This record gives sequence, C-alpha cells and structure tokens, in this order.
Amino acid sequence: MSTPTPQHPETGTARVKRGMAEQLKGGVIMDVVNAEQAKIAEDAGAVAVMALERVPADIRKDGGVARMSDPNMIEEIIGAVSIPVMAKSRIGHFVEAQVLQSLGVDYIDESEVLTPADEINHSDKWAFTTPFVCGATNLGEALRRIAEGAAMIRSKGEAGTGNVVEAVRHLRQIKNEIAKLRGFDNNELYAAAKELRAPYELVKEVAELGKLPVVLFSAGGVATPADAALMRQLGAEGVFVGSGIFKSGDPAKRAAAIVKATTFYDDPKIIADASRNLGEAMVGINCDTLPEAERYANRGW
Amino acid sequence: MSTPTIGVLALQGDVREHLVALAAADALARPVRRPEELAEVDGLVIPGGESTTMSKLAVVFGMLEPLRERVRAGMPVYGTCAGMIMLADKILDGREDQETLGGIDMIVRRNAFGRQNESFEASVEVAGIEGGPVEGVFIRAPWVESVGGAADVIATYDGHAVAVRQGNVLATSFHPELTGDHRVHALFVEMVRAAQ
Repeated sequence: MSTPTPQHPETGTARVKRGMAEQLKGGVIMDVVNAEQAKIAEDAGAVAVMALERVPADIRKDGGVARMSDPNMIEEIIGAVSIPVMAKSRIGHFVEAQVLQSLGVDYIDESEVLTPADEINHSDKWAFTTPFVCGATNLGEALRRIAEGAAMIRSKGEAGTGNVVEAVRHLRQIKNEIAKLRGFDNNELYAAAKELRAPYELVKEVAELGKLPVVLFSAGGVATPADAALMRQLGAEGVFVGSGIFKSGDPAKRAAAIVKATTFYDDPKIIADASRNLGEAMVGINCDTLPEAERYANRGW
Repeated sequence: MSTPTIGVLALQGDVREHLVALAAADALARPVRRPEELAEVDGLVIPGGESTTMSKLAVVFGMLEPLRERVRAGMPVYGTCAGMIMLADKILDGREDQETLGGIDMIVRRNAFGRQNESFEASVEVAGIEGGPVEGVFIRAPWVESVGGAADVIATYDGHAVAVRQGNVLATSFHPELTGDHRVHALFVEMVRAAQ
C-alpha cells in the first residue's frame, strides 16, 4: 500500500470501514421507520439508527417480498439525526447496495430480514466505499462474510420475534468455535478452515487474535435491558434492537433503558433500575413454533 | 520512571484499542465508568465513539460534573474524535442539548469531514512527534474551526486544524489507537508523568 499524501487521501479502506464499527462499540443501534422514531432513538442515546420501512415484526406479519426502503424515507432520516444511519439491502442485491451507497448511508446491512435476491451469492462488499454489516449464525458464516468484505458482523438471532434464544445460540456458537481454534496448532488450522468453509488466512488470524478481525454485535430478538446486557456478557460488543423498541408500550423509555443496560451490562443494580416500569414489552413469538420457512436465520449461507 | 495509571472513559466507543495503546506506551490502563473509578486515575483518555451517546450517558450516570472538576483541576486528558468534541469549549453541528466537558479553548465542528463515505486515511505531521508523520484515520471526523490564545494547533490537514494541545489537554480528530503506532499515546503518557 502506498503512503497516502494530503493530496491523495484514501477513502473506503478496510481500516476506515472496520474502524467505523469500532466507534459503535458499547452502543445500541435501533431500527426506525421514520424521522420521528429516529429522533426518539437519538434522544435515547442510540449510537446509530437502522432506517427501514417496516420493522421485522411487521415484515413477519405482512408477509410478501421485503425489499430495500424508499430512498425518500432514508434521506428524511439522514436529515433528521446527527448520528450514523444504516440501511438494509437484500442478500445478493448489489444494486440496492449501490443505491444505498449513493444516498450516503453510513453502513449497509446485507440482511436476511429482507427477502434474499440471490440464493447462491452474497454481494461483493469490497466493491463499495460504504462498509457492510452482515449476519452470521456460526464462525464459518461470519468468516465467509468477512472474506466478501463485511466490516462488521452481527449474530442473526431471529428478528421480529422478541425472543433472544436464537441470538444467544448464534453468539455462543461463534464464541465457542473461536475458543476451539485457539487450542489448535498450525497443522490443525488447515483442516479447521476446510471444515469451517472459510479462507485459511482468516481462520489463522482468528486463532491468533482470539476474536473476529472485525467488531461483533448481537441482533435478533433483544427486547429488554436484561436481554441487551445478556448479549454483552456473552461477548457481543454492542447490540442491534429491531422491533423490541418501537413495538413496545413506551419506546422512548425502553430505548433509554436498553442504552443504560448496554453500557453497565455487568452491573445488575443498574440493569434492575433500568428495567423498572417500562410498560409493555413487545409480544414475543416462541421460536420452536416458527415454521422452517419463516426462520430468517436460515437465509444466507 | 513511574508508571502512571491512565483511565479510558468507557461509557461507549473504542475503549479496548485505547487500553492496548496505553499499555504499549508503558501506562497502567483501566476503563472508567464511575466517579470512584475516575478518582483513582492520574490521567484520562476519552475515546472515539458517538459523542451524543457519550455526553448523554455522562449526564445520566453523574459523570459530567466529576469529569469537569478533574479537568478544571488540571488532570491530563486526551480525546480522539468524539473525545475531541467532548473537550471543546464550544461545538458546531452538535445537538442543542449536547454537553461537553470543555478544557480546550476551541470551537469544533462535528462530522466536518463528512459522512462515512468521506472517511479517509492520510499521513499527518504532528508537532512534537518525532520519526515522521503519523497515519491519520479520520472517521466521520470533526475538525477544529478556531482556537483561542491558550491553545496550540499541533497538526493540520488540508488547511484544517486536526490536533490541538492546551496545557495538559490534548485532542486529535483522528484515531491513532486504530493504527498500532503508539507515538501519540506515548506523548500523552509523558504529559501525565510530567504532571505527577
């Protein structure tokens, strides 16, 4: 890499993309569907908002094909808040991603919550200046996304259910697989890469670092301050909250409470105080009654 | 040579990277979230992150006044990016209710270099740092619009002030903690040692 000079600043480098996610650590990223919700999220202390037309709980209810949001709505949200704005493209729909980049969003979520546009390929994320976050259920999947250029990983969980069980499963899976790699010697890492279906270089890097080379957040089913703190104690560096806030009785209060519990995730007294009198939580769905076809975590490969 | 204890404000942001950089620069580094933890450190780093979130959490958890008192009393502080915003006496393009600690007589413009697509890397000469320019990683970065008489601009990029020092308080628009080059942190550790 050549040394950048003042006349030739380099944009869109891996360091700039991954570094952006580092700045979000310890924070909460909230799904919002309009400018008013975005302001509530910012007021509550969100580190970023995810602009989308329908929260996952409504996508579940409405059915049909879920696509990228209306550019007008995304621009309204960008105009309404000073914090970073993320937006979702369908898996493999690189033109939706191109559109989102042209709108100036700060991060693109290539998301299983929307209906996949390609059942074999994800988007080539190196081709973009805008960084990407992608979901994963296990280490191999996380590393395949990073190989494609993802600059941040989140657990998939099961979005729109208000049930944290799948997010816990995915995060534990990723952490356990990383811990296992730590114990491998060099001979074993080649076979591990084959088994993980991930590039050897990345597998080796993870074995050395003891963590992913990018920031790891939790997503999918967080509905309460204690849920957020649980994910952080399990090793997530921050949390996405989708339907959990604006499908609850008092979104502003719940949003602020989840922010507090995410910062003081290891202090039960503060989590207890944050959990008082929050009103109705979103109505949850039990994941074991969810038909296979309605499990978003199965989307992406 | 004494080993100073330096805290990293751990309400939100890239805390881990600062802890690593400080340890590499021979300080005892620890996260700080509570007033009693603040009382135990000789100096403090305010990391990169989201300044509106950090400011809000500092108010909610009763950290704002203890932080202001320590800064007024001369504790050495170093802020990167959001941390620079927190150390500005005045900010532009912030939220109306956004509180800062102050400490440097400067006006800082939030997200002045643009959104994430405009975020960039470039080499930056910093006065007082030997061995060539540092790699500047600018992420939705602020710049310093103007400084008062007591503050010194120690680095500029493209005509804008991007690093400022006033007495024991240091601020950069960019993120040395993301580069593995610990010279700016070493400068800060020296400042903390000198103040002891």
